[in-house]
Amino acid sequence: MRLPAVERLGFKSQLFIDNLGGLAVFTLDVLRCAALPPYRFRRFVDEVFDAGVLSLSIVCLSGFAVGAVLGLQGYDTLVRFGAEANVGAMVGLSLVRELGPVLTALLVIGRAGSAAAAQIATMVTTEQLDGLRMMSIDPVDFVVGPKALALLVVMPLLAALFIIFALFGGYMVGVVLLGLHGGTYFASLESAITFRDDIVPSFSKALVFGALVGFIATYRGYTSEPTSSGVSAATTGTVVTASVCVLLFDYVITALWGI
Amino acid sequence: MSTEPGQEFRVALDGVYLKRGDRQVLRGLSCGFPRGRISVVLGGSGCGKSTLMRLVGGLTRPDSGVVRVAGEDITRMSNRRLFDIRERIGMLFQGGALLDSMTVFDNVALPLREHSKRTEPEIRAEVSKRLASVGLEQVEGLYPRELSGGMNRRAALARAIVTDPEIVMVDEPFSGLDPINVRRIEALLVELNRRLEITLVVTSHHLASSLRMADRIVFMVDGRAISGTPESLLASDDERVVEFLEAEKDQSTEDFAARTQAFPVGGGAL
Repeated sequence: MRLPAVERLGFKSQLFIDNLGGLAVFTLDVLRCAALPPYRFRRFVDEVFDAGVLSLSIVCLSGFAVGAVLGLQGYDTLVRFGAEANVGAMVGLSLVRELGPVLTALLVIGRAGSAAAAQIATMVTTEQLDGLRMMSIDPVDFVVGPKALALLVVMPLLAALFIIFALFGGYMVGVVLLGLHGGTYFASLESAITFRDDIVPSFSKALVFGALVGFIATYRGYTSEPTSSGVSAATTGTVVTASVCVLLFDYVITALWGI
Repeated sequence: MSTEPGQEFRVALDGVYLKRGDRQVLRGLSCGFPRGRISVVLGGSGCGKSTLMRLVGGLTRPDSGVVRVAGEDITRMSNRRLFDIRERIGMLFQGGALLDSMTVFDNVALPLREHSKRTEPEIRAEVSKRLASVGLEQVEGLYPRELSGGMNRRAALARAIVTDPEIVMVDEPFSGLDPINVRRIEALLVELNRRLEITLVVTSHHLASSLRMADRIVFMVDGRAISGTPESLLASDDERVVEFLEAEKDQSTEDFAARTQAFPVGGGAL
């Protein structure tokens, strides 16, 4: 039975294109609401708190653990070539250029992105968004915009924090545990990382991931079915779609611009 | 549609069809809700009462037919224009639809903060007054999740009427309420209607209070509407109406019994 398979493929492709178009229109709508008054500064700050401040512990702890592992693995590998003095450079470059933004994005998707999708989907189910519409308040402006923009803004900041804690983790393992000289660790780190070629691209990458997570999470919540399974589908869909998109975009950005 | 001559309908539906999945919910629904009057929409569960409310609010678009609100056809109106129309409508949803991230006070104050130029002390006074009118004096600082179902709906009613809209749509205001609060909400709705000449549309299963307060009854059955006065409903010999009334009669209050005595069921055409 080849036809049903072809039909299914066609249906899935059409759904994918529909969703892509829907996401594009939705993103423009969010940006339009953010650019035009009324400005929801207070709601934006609340959302930054929810997405950012409440993610601090998980980001810092994960950063420290990742840095510690990198320090351990880096030392074990480099010591074979007598190059253990470069542990700082290895840990720093991996974190700043790659692991910092990507792992932070995956952590934020799991904590704040899924929470944003679930919250908006619940508001759809309980008619809270319809209630806002009936009060002549645009839910995209009032609920969705602040959440999407908060995720976009907090991502680079959390990525920076993740990297700092990871460097500290690498220091603790490389210097305190394995006896590398502290000055050597920081000198190698300083000589390897440059602001223009490493820090700025890392920040830009995190910003792109923030936009991806913000818009995908809010879109999945906003367009969910008004049922409990709709809430669950929106949450799962956010985690899967946003994670895959972050990893794909990471490759594309790295391949195109070498960052 | 039974339209009385000279009657001005503030909200009107004409030949509305709507399908949800495989189910045809509305099949040429035509009915009107007169200006400044209380209209009660009656009907069994799943007959499309809440759908009617959503159609009037522009939250659901019909497959065909026309929905007019305040003289304007909203059927194909843009979302931006719909926001203007909705400033004239207050709606109480069946589940309340209060924002669960805000306190009761902030929920009720929200329409005023968004659409009026009142100062914060004025808003505070107005919200307190409205909450007191629905019997919720002590709950301003609580969140909706901390309220019972009935309190939630009363707070939502306070939010729906806080801006004194010219049309108020109320979906099942009496469900989950004790008899004292049924009376209180009924009195509040009637007082609002009489004082501000609000066009009030109420969906309800609560026949006794519906008959007490209604100027006009719209009975929904099979995706269509039978409209008339409460008296003509009680006098109807339409078997679907009679069946509904007989079923409700078993649970009726004294008021209903008194009224059915005056207008025996099955005594004439609606």
